[in-house]
Amino acid sequence: MVLNRKVAFIDLSKEKVVIREIPRELRKIHLGGRGLNWYYIYNNVSPETKPFDPENLFVVGAGFLTGLPMLGTGRTQISTKGPMTNGVGDANMGGAFGPEMRYAGFDHLVIRGRAKEPVYLFVNDGEIEIRKANHLWGLNTHETQRTIKEEIGDERVESMVIGRAGENKVYFANVMNGNKNAGGRGGTGAVMGSKNLKAIACRGLIDLEVHDPDKLMEYAIQMNEQVLSTKWAKTLSRLGTPLLYDVSYTTGFIGTKNWQYNTPGSEGEPLEAENLQRYMVKHVACMGCSVHCRHRVKIEKGEYAGLIAEGPEYTMMGSFGTLVGCYDWDFVIKGNDECNKWGIDNLSLGAVISWAFELYQREILSEKDVGFKLEWGDKDAVLELARMIVEREGIGDVLADGFLKASKKFGEGSEYYAIHVKGHPDLHTDERGIPSFALGIATSTRGADHLRSRPAIDLFQLPQDFLERLIGYRIKNDFTAYETKGILVWWFELYFNIVDSLGICKFQSTFNCPHCPQYDEYVPLLEYATGMKFTKEELMTIGERNYTMERLFNILNGMGKKDDYPPKRFFEEPNPRGLPFMKGRKLDKERYEEMLMEYYKQHGWDENGVPTDETLRKLQIGDPEPNFPEV
Amino acid sequence: MERRTLIINPEKCTGCRDCEMVCSLYHERTINPSRSRIVVIRDPLNGIELPTICMQCEEPICMMVCPVNAIYEDENGAKIIDYERCMGCRTCVISCPLGGALIDPVSGKTIKCDLCDGEPRCVKFCFTKAIEYVPISVANQRIKRATIDRYLTAMKERKI
Repeated sequence: MVLNRKVAFIDLSKEKVVIREIPRELRKIHLGGRGLNWYYIYNNVSPETKPFDPENLFVVGAGFLTGLPMLGTGRTQISTKGPMTNGVGDANMGGAFGPEMRYAGFDHLVIRGRAKEPVYLFVNDGEIEIRKANHLWGLNTHETQRTIKEEIGDERVESMVIGRAGENKVYFANVMNGNKNAGGRGGTGAVMGSKNLKAIACRGLIDLEVHDPDKLMEYAIQMNEQVLSTKWAKTLSRLGTPLLYDVSYTTGFIGTKNWQYNTPGSEGEPLEAENLQRYMVKHVACMGCSVHCRHRVKIEKGEYAGLIAEGPEYTMMGSFGTLVGCYDWDFVIKGNDECNKWGIDNLSLGAVISWAFELYQREILSEKDVGFKLEWGDKDAVLELARMIVEREGIGDVLADGFLKASKKFGEGSEYYAIHVKGHPDLHTDERGIPSFALGIATSTRGADHLRSRPAIDLFQLPQDFLERLIGYRIKNDFTAYETKGILVWWFELYFNIVDSLGICKFQSTFNCPHCPQYDEYVPLLEYATGMKFTKEELMTIGERNYTMERLFNILNGMGKKDDYPPKRFFEEPNPRGLPFMKGRKLDKERYEEMLMEYYKQHGWDENGVPTDETLRKLQIGDPEPNFPEV
Repeated sequence: MERRTLIINPEKCTGCRDCEMVCSLYHERTINPSRSRIVVIRDPLNGIELPTICMQCEEPICMMVCPVNAIYEDENGAKIIDYERCMGCRTCVISCPLGGALIDPVSGKTIKCDLCDGEPRCVKFCFTKAIEYVPISVANQRIKRATIDRYLTAMKERKI
């Protein structure tokens, strides 16, 4: 049964494992994936616990619908108290790890403690073995997975691993599965490294029984067809996420030379999405996905000739592209592949590197500090600085600790140029012209990020009646407006939480496409898959409950209203470039404040962004009650 | 009606494994890719996605070697295991040079593709058309076309 997957509590210090059922009651109030992950962390990680303490939890969860032949449900959620924000550290990963973990009998692995020496877990048909991993330490993410497959002797083993970045506890290290599937943000790889946990390998033969196989098959076809009939999916299937580049650089909302500019202008032409097509070998997909948004690419000529890789995504076009003033697909592909093998979040890495470049430009950092010059567009300097961060060499060791610690060391107002929220680097989007995007990165529980709420459909200027049917409120369809955008962001925060808790891919949700399946479609789907009945309203309440729990965790760890603001630069410096409606725009303090208040009110939080007693009562959220079983 | 055949286009396979999930769901009423009749050899670290399945041979070795005549042909040309007779001796599994017959790791039964009564579910879920089920004459035309396309490409690149 979908409902009979278990939770394993694993103590790496004591080398003990306790396996428990997941009560149906918990499913009703949190679903699975991100929702249940945070139920375990909220109750068991106290404010005194630091991210790299053995007492911190590292939780891996499959979505409630992970492993179905539809909607890209190959997803896995990885959650922990993260090193960059000292609060919610949370990442969602594609690939095939989550499904294999389910076939191995588990939906959640709740990991505590620190192994004495490097270990990996082998999760196999209802059992969990802690194995030595000294021989894996030092290997990159690809080598690690190959070695594990060989030694288990089964090519269907799926592993979630860290690379050098995680081993070195680089604050924005990833966990990785397959070639490029990344549990990207929040520094989850660093926490995994701090536990001396190199990998989790899964293999299983346990049936995933569904409530109504016939109806599920029929509905799966219908859902896949609904998604594939959209323009969004059709374009994504062909170009992948690089499709976003053409619109962002022509309009002017792509960070350039560390957000000094909002587009490279015509200089950025070489990176247009269509130019990636000449590298393409074929399209590949995550498990359960009919959209296949990624390329397998091969570089035929030049310095990196012979390189076969997956991706790159739009994010890398910022990190090793516009942010550092490089406009060369070869370099973006090469850098992306290195990041995948190092196991590092390429968004955060790009933001940190481009920050260092601007500090060099402003003479806050010197050639002596770095060891070489940091001139915009110098590819060798970008790649070398990245390597130094991963290996914690020289100035790389300072940058590897993230913006908050590094800017204290550098001083001289360096923090102003660090584009972050809550200490978590932003992706390369420039949000200062789009208030709803700005609010989204500011209120995101894991710090600056687009995948917690970004209402990308705000850019489409959809008819207001349509928006009202979708959101339930009359939302202004002008993306430069502030009014009603607090409600829009609220709606997407709840919705993305449900998407993550179900294990569905956001690219098959209403994130970028209003015609993709949403709550109304999830209701029958949940029934056919699990036999449990939910209404749309109940799902929204679960989204609100799960989101509020994350918010509360951040508040207990010292965050509050002061941390709900976009980077200062977005209020101070107007967009220097872009189309007429984008050029000259910056965020307005007063109007932002009003939008923030509207947003708090919509959540049922007070004027300081703290959930009111009434809201907590309504959502049945109490004080944390530790429930990690005695091992 | 003209008989149909499966065609596999590995260059279109994305490795999503919807086919495996839905094959097990249809035949075993449960999702478990390891129990699927279609198997995707998938190795993203080495760039491989290759679906493999019984091709319903004209002169099937599995039928010839079966000691209890448990495999019969239906009106679609599918070679089907009669579980009233099959004793699970694996002779067909060992003999098939294509790996078309397999062992279900959960039930222990010998399994193979039965074309889902003329409507292969894997084909229905394969939106990139890496697996197709088409009339034989159409399949022939496709194969000829692919050969000619390769010839034309080579001409353009002046390799011929």
